[in-house]
Amino acid sequence: MGRYILKRLVSAIPVLLGISIIVFLIMAAIPGDPATAILGSYATPENVERLNRDLGLDKPLIQRYFIWLGNVVTGDFGRSFTLNRPVLDEILDRFGATLILAGVSFVLCSVLGILAGVVSAARQYGVADKAITFVVLIGISVPSFFLGMMMILLFAVNLRWFPVSGMWPIYGTRDIWALLDHLVMPALALSVVATGVIARLARSAMLEVLRQDYIRTARAKGVHERRVIRRHALKAAMVSIIPVLGIQAGFVLSGSVYIEIVFQWPGVGRMLVDAILTRDVLLVQGGVLFVAACYVGFNIAVDVLQSLLDPRIKT
Amino acid sequence: MTLVTWTRRGLAAAATGALMTLGLPGGVAAQTPPGVLIVGQIAEPKALDPAAVTAVNDFRILVNLYEGLVRYAPGTLEVEPHLATDWEISEDGTEYTFTLREGVAFHDGTPFNAEAVVFNFERMLDEDHPYADTGPFPLAFFFGAVESVEAVDPQTVTFTLNEPFAPFLSNLAYPTGLLVSPSAVMESGADFGRNPVGTGPFRFVEWRSNEAVVVERNPDYWGDPAGLEAVVFRPITDANTRTAEMLAGGIDMMVEVPPTALSEFRTEAYTIHEQAGPHVWFLILNLREGPFAEQLVRQAANYAIDKEAIVNDVLEGTAEVAAGPTPPAFAWAYNADLDPYPHDPERARELLAEAGVENPEVTFYVTEGGSGMLDPVAMGTAIQADLAEVGFDVTIETYEWNTFLGEVNPGLEGKADMAQMAWMTNDPDTLPYLALRTEAMPDQGGFNSGYYSNPEVDALLEEARTATDQDRRAELYREMQAIVQEDAPWVFVANWKQNAVTSDRVENFSLEPSFLLMLEDVTKE
Repeated sequence: MGRYILKRLVSAIPVLLGISIIVFLIMAAIPGDPATAILGSYATPENVERLNRDLGLDKPLIQRYFIWLGNVVTGDFGRSFTLNRPVLDEILDRFGATLILAGVSFVLCSVLGILAGVVSAARQYGVADKAITFVVLIGISVPSFFLGMMMILLFAVNLRWFPVSGMWPIYGTRDIWALLDHLVMPALALSVVATGVIARLARSAMLEVLRQDYIRTARAKGVHERRVIRRHALKAAMVSIIPVLGIQAGFVLSGSVYIEIVFQWPGVGRMLVDAILTRDVLLVQGGVLFVAACYVGFNIAVDVLQSLLDPRIKT
Repeated sequence: MTLVTWTRRGLAAAATGALMTLGLPGGVAAQTPPGVLIVGQIAEPKALDPAAVTAVNDFRILVNLYEGLVRYAPGTLEVEPHLATDWEISEDGTEYTFTLREGVAFHDGTPFNAEAVVFNFERMLDEDHPYADTGPFPLAFFFGAVESVEAVDPQTVTFTLNEPFAPFLSNLAYPTGLLVSPSAVMESGADFGRNPVGTGPFRFVEWRSNEAVVVERNPDYWGDPAGLEAVVFRPITDANTRTAEMLAGGIDMMVEVPPTALSEFRTEAYTIHEQAGPHVWFLILNLREGPFAEQLVRQAANYAIDKEAIVNDVLEGTAEVAAGPTPPAFAWAYNADLDPYPHDPERARELLAEAGVENPEVTFYVTEGGSGMLDPVAMGTAIQADLAEVGFDVTIETYEWNTFLGEVNPGLEGKADMAQMAWMTNDPDTLPYLALRTEAMPDQGGFNSGYYSNPEVDALLEEARTATDQDRRAELYREMQAIVQEDAPWVFVANWKQNAVTSDRVENFSLEPSFLLMLEDVTKE
């Protein structure tokens, strides 16, 4: 097992290297440079050139890449031009917020999605199944940012149940209740699509398992239907549900970009969008690499988990 | 039928869940505390070091923490004494001697004196200064004419310029001229931008990344103490969310209200503030090639475009029709005799016929949005339609803002005939000097992207820049505006009125023509 994990970790290195090159090239290829973005109306060629020199952007591309890569390997992601602070500090600050939002959403969509899928499958073509399928279809079809805006309008502006935006109250205590108060709407809005996807796949995975002979055997020998579903079917279905959860974890993470903007959540997604718009090259490169590393990490974790659950997968 | 029941049950469950959360301790907090003003800003500030930043968004915080030698007198763009009580300009206009206010201290307790002023400007201008590495200082060229700064005695400081430079005083009043505490810069070094120390009516408390910048009343302020206990600046980048926060009572003041959201605030619970500023929105025309090389065609475009409809319908009254290259906010230098080109499609067609081009083909650069660009796509489409009405055949090309600048600033030759642009400046000199002179062509480092050249205008601008008498300068600028309007190197479209909304608990607030957010006198119940 240890060797398997190690092997997977080593194989992640070329992936991350490839990503670093792609991000670097994209940032170099997109028109507009940080100096122009910073100077705005005052971006005379002369001012741009001087500022680029001050920012260390006048060196050849390849040289800049290796300087950057060398620094990153030693844990130095550089300094953000626009925020004027170390890139890594900013990423770590923001990542906590994203982790809370995406984590809670992920738990929500996993629990609700699997629950809905299982209920649907157990009552195939029944009323509950139809209702769930209908709601799930709506959930998958509504873009999360639109849903978020509508939630703000209804629950924050009209009903005033929740604060409009932010992660913490501007005044008052910063306890778990204050956080939850701010978290409810963005976490729900973010989890809706993933809930729908998970519900659909959980339903079909369960249906497939329920058709197996051993389920019939279990039922025939008089095992209670609830126990059949929970112990016999769900456990087997989890083998095909877990990879979907891994993929959805990635979607929740990337979907948080929209939600973080709509709800002004101080996470990595919003940071990346701002950084791209201001051409904050180092922050974009560091941020993307960090998020990519998380993705790779998720996938490895999912694979490991699956190999534990499913003895057919050789480690 | 059953489906309906299920949905109703679902709704009930959702409502119960929501009600339960409502009952949680620390639940709703819509009411903001008295004496504390919460301002909805458009973005997270970059830094709170006045020498290092360029965005109005950052200036809105800075002008409350720091002060400069001079400032814009409230409600105008004219310079008045501030930390300097008086100044003298030498005959030849190259030496400015300031007498400093006594008894002023920085928030860290160190005295404000001539040495501090010298430190501030040398840090920005001298690459070998020990704290030059606290930069970069992108707008240092505002003081590019400064050759040396000397402390004559603790209360007197002299600036020597390498040539007469009339905008010097208004550049000092610009936020780039705000003065920082030298000892704080020495202590914080590169992190000074997150630990600001100035002399202003408010002092810095904390900066919670992407959440808020908090400042509080400076109890040791040399002037009248501020009316508010504290101000919290919240970055809310999404305009819809900012509007929702204002409606929900999460903020007391909101800047840059989207035109379409203004109607939400036309009730007794809110006050809408508007103020025209030193902004001009125009179309650069390519004079080097294509149809706009001909003056008649340029004038035809000015007649063809219905500016009234743009400012009233597209921009919902958040701008005024521009008459020429200089915005009326520069009251002292504005030529009030100039009327905007009227909307006259008939006249436009005649001019086109006279020029012998009835259906000129035009490539039009439009941006998706950018600093001061208002609603460029909608405006661009309206302009396209107006021009088509009189016979132009306009093709729009749309670019993201940074890309757009990268295309337009190097000049339009070989690419486009027309491009949108907007400028906000602090002196009537800046825009025409950088964008309308023969020597300001893109290959010479200027912004004259349409290649306008009129020796008369060049001469007027050069003289206005070196004249030290303000009345003489005003005369020169007025003459320049009349010539430029007639030459029509641009289509003059709009002057933006900045807006803000405050709740009914906020008093004594007004927007400034400088677009800076002065909160000194504001109070809140």
